[in-house]
Amino acid sequence: MRKLIVLQGVASVTVLVILAVLVLLAPYVSPYVWDDVVGGVWDPVSMVNWLGTDNLGRDMYSRLLYAGRVTLFVALASTVLSLVIGTTVGLFAAVKGGWVDTVLSRLVDAMMSIPTLIFALVILSILGTSTPVLIATIAVLDSTRVFRLTRAMAADIVVLEYFEAALLRRDSVFRLMFVEVLPNILSAKKTEFGLRFCNNFLEIASLSFLGMGIQPPLTDWGSMVRDNATIISFGGIAPLIPATAIAVVTIAVNLIVDWTLESGSRHAQ
Amino acid sequence: MPNNPHAELLAVKNLRIEAAGGVMLLDSIDFRLNRGEVLGLIGGSGAGKSTLGLATMGHVRPGCSVRAGEVLFNGESLFTLPAGRLRRIRGARIAYIAQSPAASFNPCHTLEKQVMEVLTLHQGLSAKEARNRAIGLFEELDLPDPELFGRKYPHQASGGQLQRAMIAMAIAGGPELLILDEPTTALDVTTQLDVLTAIRDTLKRHGTAALYISHDLAVVVQLARRILVLNQGKMVETGATSDVLAHPGAAYTQRLLQAFSQPPAAPAPAAAVPAAPVQPALAVNHLTAGYRKMPETLKDISLRLERGKTLAVVGTSGSGKSTLARAICGLMHFDSGSVEFRGRPLADFHLKRSREELRSIQMIYQQPDTALNPEQTVGAILGRVVSLYFGGTRDAVRARVGELLRMVELPEVFAGRKPWQLSGGQKQRVGIARALAAKPDVIICDEVTSALDPGIVQEILALLKQVQKSTGASYIFISHDIGVVRRIADDVAVIREGRVIANGPLDNVFRHSVHPYIDLLLASVPELRTDWLAGQAHRHASLSALGGGGALPLQCPTTCNPHAETSQAHGVSQ
Repeated sequence: MRKLIVLQGVASVTVLVILAVLVLLAPYVSPYVWDDVVGGVWDPVSMVNWLGTDNLGRDMYSRLLYAGRVTLFVALASTVLSLVIGTTVGLFAAVKGGWVDTVLSRLVDAMMSIPTLIFALVILSILGTSTPVLIATIAVLDSTRVFRLTRAMAADIVVLEYFEAALLRRDSVFRLMFVEVLPNILSAKKTEFGLRFCNNFLEIASLSFLGMGIQPPLTDWGSMVRDNATIISFGGIAPLIPATAIAVVTIAVNLIVDWTLESGSRHAQ
Repeated sequence: MPNNPHAELLAVKNLRIEAAGGVMLLDSIDFRLNRGEVLGLIGGSGAGKSTLGLATMGHVRPGCSVRAGEVLFNGESLFTLPAGRLRRIRGARIAYIAQSPAASFNPCHTLEKQVMEVLTLHQGLSAKEARNRAIGLFEELDLPDPELFGRKYPHQASGGQLQRAMIAMAIAGGPELLILDEPTTALDVTTQLDVLTAIRDTLKRHGTAALYISHDLAVVVQLARRILVLNQGKMVETGATSDVLAHPGAAYTQRLLQAFSQPPAAPAPAAAVPAAPVQPALAVNHLTAGYRKMPETLKDISLRLERGKTLAVVGTSGSGKSTLARAICGLMHFDSGSVEFRGRPLADFHLKRSREELRSIQMIYQQPDTALNPEQTVGAILGRVVSLYFGGTRDAVRARVGELLRMVELPEVFAGRKPWQLSGGQKQRVGIARALAAKPDVIICDEVTSALDPGIVQEILALLKQVQKSTGASYIFISHDIGVVRRIADDVAVIREGRVIANGPLDNVFRHSVHPYIDLLLASVPELRTDWLAGQAHRHASLSALGGGGALPLQCPTTCNPHAETSQAHGVSQ
């Protein structure tokens, strides 16, 4: 069991590293420019177009690499932002306690009561669908989950004697949050990063698929699925290619999370 | 059941257990236990007591392994038995009682259900029969309202009641061997007395053999006919209890005994302190304070802490001792009354106190594990206090940290270590150093010795005394342990249900007949005599009645049962 988890973890890291290298080096390793029309509509897989062409006759493989850049960047950026916001506010609520905690927690509850996808759709249709707005929207909505976990873990720490000792020194709220509490919950944050990343990654893909995510001329994997969706009824595999990419990244990150949890629990023993 | 009452029940032969990496946990352990016999197992923490206790059930913790020897139960080697057969022996014929009953019960099920499970599973009784039997056991163990007691969930019973329910569960299957791993260590002295009596009576009535594991010699002596002293995984001494007490052979045993025989220290003549200071270091005047859900946890408390002296605050758990500490530190809202430091009243909330006032009053905590931030080095923990209150260059702070570590007798290299790399006693020393770093006038010691081994307690008390001599600090020493208080305090205040019921010099307060409650406290401290518990039997009955019948001058507001009192209190002041 333990061996399998390690094996899966190592395999996942390998896959993600290869993918990351390909995506980063897209201008050098892709055979075509991503928005050049190079063939017929939905040409099948061939030596010329390795993964066939899309609904406008653009090379699927080249587009997949360029779209990967956008997808992974947006997911990473929104996850980092989400963790920063959620952790800071969560620590603040736990350290301050009292009405500050109550107000923040209820606010978060209210936000979480609305399904994220629908909430995001509403916000994006009001604020417009530029990439920065997309990142910010996903980050803010996702930070509610980070807030919950952070607050709960920090709440266990603010009742301990070493925190009380810091209170009795009148340490600043900043110090209490980031010196006394944060280091003690940091190990859980690594795991959380992986899980939040998967979540945001799928969220962005869904939004793009619904047409409210990444906008043309930029493209991401979700948009590629949307663009090519109709061919599936005629037996074409074009939409399955970006969908597979989404699945591979999500599963790989999850397996790495399992691996870190496993090695974490062994350290605890 | 037993055919031959004196036949050998358990034999541990030349046992050696190692942890991963070949670290020796137990070596050359060799002893026998006959039916109906009680063997006491004594040793400090890390001596291997619990490892041995579990091994006698055929269990080895994950990562550890049996390197040599065997454990025979009724002639069967437990380590080679198939899992199914071993499982039938455990629970039915060998039962285990752990230190923390709260952790041993499943919080989601009623107590009754958990006791009944043993009966239906191992003895095949019907639910109805099992319930009747469970009620019988509760009755036998003197639990209140045996019919209704079983309907409670674990959190609704007090620590002492839970431990007795645990005994009920253990003996339900009619075991031949009972392993008791520090069953009273987590309990108050008065509760400990109840549970000890229950254990003794149960063992006698059922003729059960037992292995009684404890670090407290005085407790073991009450129950065990023979004792085995364990130190760092090796058998140091074994023999009849009275022989070992009278003629301890091993040096380690002699040291253990010395910890007890040390006479109550006469308060050291206060030579280092200027004579007769007029103004006390700290005075608490008619203080009333409480929590929203527990108003008036402290009622009209008045205390006086002389400079350079130690005032012990004594009481059972839930009496309001820790609340008092919090109030003095500035973590409680005062309903009325005041706390005066050097003649000036202190604000109730720490944020309203000046930095200088905060510096002057420092705390040392009960649990060294949670008192130090696990992610900071010792140097960072101490350095923070030094640089906050006294500033200075980085080198000056580092030098002061080194000086503090020397004061608490720790090597200076410890500055680079994190708390998990230290032992319990060492962590407590760091806690003391952190308090000293602020050069305080008053140090509040909140149960600082109760999480430590007896040997370490001695060291920490000696250290505290020495620090007091060199710095002239005054201590408020909060404790439930009368033995410890006798060794360190100049003055004593006894608190019960948030009120001071006696206050004055140590010798005046700890005399008999000052107050019935103090008599109860004093009488509950186990003494190093084999007949002590027997002598307490009739006394215990009358004192419990005293506690329960409201005969004490103080009226208890709701429940008058001393056990119920501890249970309410657990959630409050801890």
